[in-house]
Amino acid sequence: MEAFAHLAAATGLTGAEQKTANAAIGAGFAYGLAAIGPGIGIGYLVGKSVEAMARQPEAAGMVRTTMFLGIAFTEALALIGFVVFILIGL
Amino acid sequence: MTQPSTAQKRADAKANAMTRPVEGPAPEVTVTRNMVKRGLVVAPVLIAICGFVWGLNGAWSSAFGVALVLINFTLAAALIAFSARISLGLMMGAILFGYILRLGLILLAVLLVKDAGWISLPALGATIIVTHLGLLVWEMKYVAISLAHPGLKPARS
Repeated sequence: MEAFAHLAAATGLTGAEQKTANAAIGAGFAYGLAAIGPGIGIGYLVGKSVEAMARQPEAAGMVRTTMFLGIAFTEALALIGFVVFILIGL
Repeated sequence: MTQPSTAQKRADAKANAMTRPVEGPAPEVTVTRNMVKRGLVVAPVLIAICGFVWGLNGAWSSAFGVALVLINFTLAAALIAFSARISLGLMMGAILFGYILRLGLILLAVLLVKDAGWISLPALGATIIVTHLGLLVWEMKYVAISLAHPGLKPARS
């Protein structure tokens, strides 16, 4: 916070402007960080599913169904981060 | 001439499997079709609730949010079904790239309307989360039953 205060003093921003700038920075971090976790999760999930389909092609239908739902559930985390972004950043 | 080792044979078999198309029907298309049908059924309720809480702007934003979620599901399923017909390796790439693409499209869609007079961001955000998770949980019940008891084939609503 002290760093932000120094920054505000250096840039000559008013309190409201500084608050808006901080919200924009926070929103950017929220969306960016919220997208990293699901990205790793989806990569791991799809990698394992593809491996399962390659080893056992007869189970591909079942694996694809659970994989699709898994992807959608994991993506929900990114969407929650996105909603935080639109609520505090836009 | 030397015979290929067991490890070499396994590696070759895995490489062949990655370049082959995935056989069989596309279950994600069926799952998405069911979710879209249910989404269209519950959309008026969600829109009415958001309209009640946030007014007319909330109702419009809620409709926009439901459309975003349903298009997102449809795009994901179409991408998987299309790429699986070509090869398993391509399907993996399409899913990973599709994740970034779909997040980008959602961001673009919201950025385009953020300054519109009819938009209510809290209503939009609430609708996106509730619709996405609600439809998934609803569908999961049917998928779980059909996976546990494949012969039952539960009647879909």
